[in-house]
Amino acid sequence: MNEQEIRQTIFQLLKKIAPDTEPEKLQPDDDIRHTLEIDSFDGLQFVVALDEHFGIETPEADYGKIDTLRNLVTYIMQRKK
Amino acid sequence: MIEFKMPSLGADMEAGTLAEWLVKPGDTVKRGDIIAVVDTQKGLIDIEVFDEGTISELVIKENEKVPVGTVMALIESGKEDLTKKEAIKPTSKIEEKKATEKISVVATPQFIKASPLAKRIAAEKGIELNTIKGTGEDGAITKEDVEKAIIEKMAPAAEKKITTTENIRMAVAAAMSKSNREIPHYYLETKVDMRKALTWLTETNKQRTVKQRLLPVILLLKAVAKALVEIPDLNGYWENGLQQKQDINIGFVVSLRGGGVMIPAIHNADKKTIDELMAALNDIIPRARAMKLRSSELSESTITVTNLGEGNVETVYGVIYPPQVAIVGFGSITEEPWAEMGMLDVRPVINITLSADHRATDGATGSRFLMAVKNHLQKPEIL
Repeated sequence: MNEQEIRQTIFQLLKKIAPDTEPEKLQPDDDIRHTLEIDSFDGLQFVVALDEHFGIETPEADYGKIDTLRNLVTYIMQRKK
Repeated sequence: MIEFKMPSLGADMEAGTLAEWLVKPGDTVKRGDIIAVVDTQKGLIDIEVFDEGTISELVIKENEKVPVGTVMALIESGKEDLTKKEAIKPTSKIEEKKATEKISVVATPQFIKASPLAKRIAAEKGIELNTIKGTGEDGAITKEDVEKAIIEKMAPAAEKKITTTENIRMAVAAAMSKSNREIPHYYLETKVDMRKALTWLTETNKQRTVKQRLLPVILLLKAVAKALVEIPDLNGYWENGLQQKQDINIGFVVSLRGGGVMIPAIHNADKKTIDELMAALNDIIPRARAMKLRSSELSESTITVTNLGEGNVETVYGVIYPPQVAIVGFGSITEEPWAEMGMLDVRPVINITLSADHRATDGATGSRFLMAVKNHLQKPEIL
């Protein structure tokens, strides 16, 4: 799975959680949750979806590493073997 | 015979439109069954029945709009027949307000004053001049009037989309105006050191899979529920005096991304474990956002909690949702300098507010309640 595909998957997952947002418009360094107005509840659902989809396990301590689109893609690429 | 009536889904609802019957005469129902779908300002709501028996008659028809309290159906409970059938004709139906709008069309004179340019544009766009309201001299239709009419003609599609949000806003506004008008509020606020609670939460979450992880709000909800057991005066309704409620049903404010709020109830919050509370939130938040709540979830809250979550302002002062007598507000948890035992430290701090009805309680009661919440948050392991 390349960077582009990961990004597309992230958009799909975000769209499912927050159907009325436009994740495609996120800039690489935008804070995802802040920009899309995703609260802590939906934020948790998003991490659950990410982990399920990419087969990774994101500890709570890593939440700071997945705040922006750029960071999240990097994080997933490193974790996903 | 039991009368099944249009329920009131909160102080902000005056009427509802029956969208669909899910039962027919002869069907047996039991408590908690969803028997109808009603269209309200808060979207389509599943309506539950609170009695057991057999549906004997559906009094109102689908698409009929009736005020709260109107008999919708009759249920044969097997118990003695106390009500006379004549007594239960459906009450006045709400009349659509279209009548007044039509008058202007009917009364339009044969000769319509309009500027030549306005006439030409209207003809080009296929707009009847008699549907346009003139603002020029003697009511003459101007070019601007035609242009406005063109925009309005194109607008309905866009308008439709925002109706639900606007309706919810209107409903919230109506309830809150009533609250500010009729309820003498008093406000209290306290700061709570969340270090113990958050440390406990972090440790607990480490042992859990992502799916089982807890959010800080769960501890806050549990602390409120436990404090209400100790100070029950804040858990109830003001209806000709304070009516304390047995069940502690916390209405949890869920903000909708497009604007507006829905307040589903977490039933018996004091009797739920923190895991059960988390499960309850997992269940109701998505349904609240999709506007798929049940009638009992919209009508049975005994107190409201509003939680701003992280990354927001520090303090929120709530407006009581009538007929309740209190609302608890949680701001964002922020790091603050904290003095304790002569020492200065930095702690994660949350501001907790209480807005309460002064007819029902006073500051001393409210203060005891906030202190109880604070104390419970210092012992997260036994919440």
